[in-house]
Amino acid sequence: MQSRGVVPVTPVLTLRIAIVVALLALWEFLARSGWLYRDVVPSLLNIGHALIDLLGGSNYYLHLSVTVGEILGALSVGGGAGLLVGIILGANPFMAKAFESFLYYLGPTPKIIFFPIMIMWFGVGPQSKIALGTLSCFFPVALSVAAGMRGIDRTLIRVGKSFRANSWQMVSKIYVPAMRHPIINGVRLGLGVALIGTLLAETKLSNKGIGFLIINAYSTFDMPRMYANLIVLFVLAIGANALVGRLGGLNTIKRL
Amino acid sequence: MSARGAIAPNFGDYVPVAIGVVAVVMFFLAVEALVQTGVVNRFIVPPPSEVLGSFPRVIEEEDVIGRFLLTASECLTAGVMLTVFGVAGGVLMHRYKLLQDAIETWVAALASAPVVLMYPLFLVIFGRSAWTIIMMGFIAALPPVILKTIEGLAGTRKVLVNVGRSFNLTGSQQFWMILFPAALPTIFVGLRLGLIFALINIVGVEFLINFGGLGQLINELAERYDLAGTYAAICFVILVSIVFFMALEKIERWLRPVH
Repeated sequence: MQSRGVVPVTPVLTLRIAIVVALLALWEFLARSGWLYRDVVPSLLNIGHALIDLLGGSNYYLHLSVTVGEILGALSVGGGAGLLVGIILGANPFMAKAFESFLYYLGPTPKIIFFPIMIMWFGVGPQSKIALGTLSCFFPVALSVAAGMRGIDRTLIRVGKSFRANSWQMVSKIYVPAMRHPIINGVRLGLGVALIGTLLAETKLSNKGIGFLIINAYSTFDMPRMYANLIVLFVLAIGANALVGRLGGLNTIKRL
Repeated sequence: MSARGAIAPNFGDYVPVAIGVVAVVMFFLAVEALVQTGVVNRFIVPPPSEVLGSFPRVIEEEDVIGRFLLTASECLTAGVMLTVFGVAGGVLMHRYKLLQDAIETWVAALASAPVVLMYPLFLVIFGRSAWTIIMMGFIAALPPVILKTIEGLAGTRKVLVNVGRSFNLTGSQQFWMILFPAALPTIFVGLRLGLIFALINIVGVEFLINFGGLGQLINELAERYDLAGTYAAICFVILVSIVFFMALEKIERWLRPVH
């Protein structure tokens, strides 16, 4: 019997550690070998220093707050609109037949190409980034909610109607709780694309935010700082995605 | 129901679609009216008629066909790389269970990571060239291909595997004659998703680094403040994307076995 809190050393864990160690060793070897251009593959030590500098300075958190604000703005506007449109399309087969194919085919188009339009409409400030994030986020949420709405158990709807629930009560007591799973999935997808849309817009035209920091590090060829920015961003993005799933209780949903 | 009624198309199904199309047309007519009356500034939103009229000019003067072929060739290269490395990666992970258990969650995490933001890194490695664009499309689209290949191979019906065993097939024969054909429809789902991701990223990176085909066209027109041309180019990219998705869907349906 093993003691509490000790992670058992399984073959899978051993292999994972071996892969990570091998990759880091290969990276350091490439950095020191001089086979690649100097600084394209900087030493792990330099990246570590850049990471400490980045996280230790207050400037980073200022930029992070700008990006987080833009993403949250995009998620609330795009996600809210997506939820509303998804409920309308899911509840009304006629509307779904009329308009859902437009959403279905427009959904996977590259949204960054709309950025010039967003700049013309909303200016070069954070508003245009929020608008692009909103546009990116709207489609997955709307499509996921519409599909989820159609998948609601008819018995639940009949129960709501038999209690003479009004439209608002049907939405708040029956539809939304029954669609928790597709809504959370939609929000997760929406969060991912809103994050990409917002940050790409920041790399294109901005003087604030994490996207700006990444492209600024590239412009000044400060590769360790660029790697540090990318590492923190990836950790934050994957962490936020997992957090939405956990807070939404995706892992606790039981299917009958 | 009469035989004629069974064969004749159900026009009731087309009514909502027609209403959807009419609603979109009405929307553009309303925008046209708002711009022409000056309610909406024409230097922010050009009249739809002007956008429509600029299509021939953009196609002729901006070499849209050449740019389309360039973007298509980048997509094709990324697609070939995805097929080779993505499917091979999936097969390898399915073959070695320990490897699959160790890194499948990493591949899934990569799928949710904003990989496209690594484009400055690829710019440093490959320079401002088509390879940056292709590699960006390839890396961003790799996870779904690997994951769907594993899913397809793991989902092969047990009875088919047992039939192969009863014929004393070797490991290689078992793979090529049983596992791979059975997994092919699911693998194609992964390739379809991968190609969509690749197209999105390729056009996006073309726009961002101002290099290549259709993405660069939008960037150039926007920088010249050719409003009608910018809108027309965006519409063209959307049309290309939609045709691409529809074609992939048709191929997927064709590959899907009929149960």
